[in-house]
Amino acid sequence: MNEVVVEARGVEKNFGDLNVLKGIDLTIRKGDVTCIIGPSGSGKSTFLRCINQLETLDGGYIIVEGQPVGVKIRKGHVEALSNAEAARSRENIGMVFQSFNLFPHMTVLENICEAPIRVKKENRAVVRERAFALLERVGLSSKADVYPAALSGGQQQRVAIARALAMEPRLMLFDEPTSALDPELVGEVLDVMRGLADAGMTMIVVTHEIGFAREVSDHLIFMDDGCVVEQGDPRTVLRSPQHERTKQFLAKVL
Amino acid sequence: MTDTASALGAESVSDDGIDRALLRGRPRQHHGLLWLTAGIVLFATFLIGYSLVTNPRFEWGVVFGWFSSERLFTGLLRTLSLTAISMVVGIVVGVLLALGRLAPNFIIAAVAAFLVWIFRGVPVFVQLLFWGFIAAIYPRIAVGIPFGPEFFSVDANVLITPFLAAILGLGLNEGAYMSEIVRAGLLSVNRGQTEAAKALGMRRFTILWRIVLPQAMKIIIPPTGNQTISMLKTTSLVSVLAFPELLYSAQLVYSANFKTIPLLIAASLWYLLVTSVLSLGQFYIERHYNRGSGKPLKVRSFPRFSTSLRPRAAKREVQP
Repeated sequence: MNEVVVEARGVEKNFGDLNVLKGIDLTIRKGDVTCIIGPSGSGKSTFLRCINQLETLDGGYIIVEGQPVGVKIRKGHVEALSNAEAARSRENIGMVFQSFNLFPHMTVLENICEAPIRVKKENRAVVRERAFALLERVGLSSKADVYPAALSGGQQQRVAIARALAMEPRLMLFDEPTSALDPELVGEVLDVMRGLADAGMTMIVVTHEIGFAREVSDHLIFMDDGCVVEQGDPRTVLRSPQHERTKQFLAKVL
Repeated sequence: MTDTASALGAESVSDDGIDRALLRGRPRQHHGLLWLTAGIVLFATFLIGYSLVTNPRFEWGVVFGWFSSERLFTGLLRTLSLTAISMVVGIVVGVLLALGRLAPNFIIAAVAAFLVWIFRGVPVFVQLLFWGFIAAIYPRIAVGIPFGPEFFSVDANVLITPFLAAILGLGLNEGAYMSEIVRAGLLSVNRGQTEAAKALGMRRFTILWRIVLPQAMKIIIPPTGNQTISMLKTTSLVSVLAFPELLYSAQLVYSANFKTIPLLIAASLWYLLVTSVLSLGQFYIERHYNRGSGKPLKVRSFPRFSTSLRPRAAKREVQP
């Protein structure tokens, strides 16, 4: 079995009185594509954001590639990371958002090159070359110099994926990457993601695309009400769900 | 599938009596009210112009003589430098106060809020007087360790010249207003932008400087242009500090030759001229920071009188 990339144990998160995550245990291995499905408000996006420290944990822990998330252990105590340390630990984790979040004041090329140049202090020419290669990979070579506003949703999301890949991450998080897209644009984004999975990228994908989950993922997780209800091989889970809640959900979406 | 109009072909008037071919043309507009307002405005303009030309008390010869005089021009240069420096101080102080108020550290946020309260709450005229009379409160200003040794000290009247008092009064007051403008701009940027930048591993300063501020500019620039134009005129308050900017220069002249109205007009013309130039500059800066929004900012021309007044003949499109 491949090495463990993400180890989550007893992860809890509250928004005020609302318990969004009620103890999530999860293991994700290198090269695996893990899809998380579940109804809205089940906490799947929140869990994904916890992995990247966009949310702080209220209980439990997550270890990504041997590094505890958001904290460090010093002299027998657990300490919160400083802002700079938190930023550094995010460098190796790429994230793609439902609403793309491209930087509207920068061209496509600038969007992709910004972080490698500013954060990793890489050479401009090297980064530019890599950016063009990535644009080719997502099928947008001709769009390097346009602003995001001139792109369709599907194109914006492919740029967002290229932007995340430019940092050469070892783990990619996708937060409902196709939910904001017109139906006919979903396919082009899923194709890019499929290519990424084939290339061996470790991916965690929160999605409503059951078909994608069935065909591409190695591991399927069904979450409901802040808990992991069921998980396992996607074909098995989708064909013969064990829990009543999973059956109800799948009956509605399939 | 054929619709009624094309099925009828050349015979465009159908049973209901509506001429389909005419409907394809642009409708004739009604301009009665436009002509009426144009008439009223033209007549009023004529009356005002007539009075300006015939009333000898405007003394236009004197106005233009002093308008182009070296004394007013020197005053104008001082007004311009006061405006520029005060705005720079105001923007820097404003950004710092805005960041302070948005800081996660609540002590910093409270201090920033307190400073905004002071500098915005006290009239700028009174603030100018305080800075002008600072020597009455602190006759000597020293640099040293509190309650410890002094390194050097200066007479406050020497250090705080009328010019510096003006900069402090105008700049700090401006900073308080600018902080609200900057804060609104920073808050207007979608939270997703910060999250995307964070996810890419950017540090807080990089996120602010490269991602959030450039986008906030779109919100910050227009009111800042207004503030600059407003500042240009607020500098005239500095005349109380006996600093010879544009207005005080004019006052010095008319206190000697008693040509009060012509000199005030000459000064006003300069204020108007500079305001116009500043407005033009603002347009270009706004266009720069609007890039990527997909909507290029255009010079809004006056409603096209000629074309809107000419009803266009109904175009007949012949369908093959």
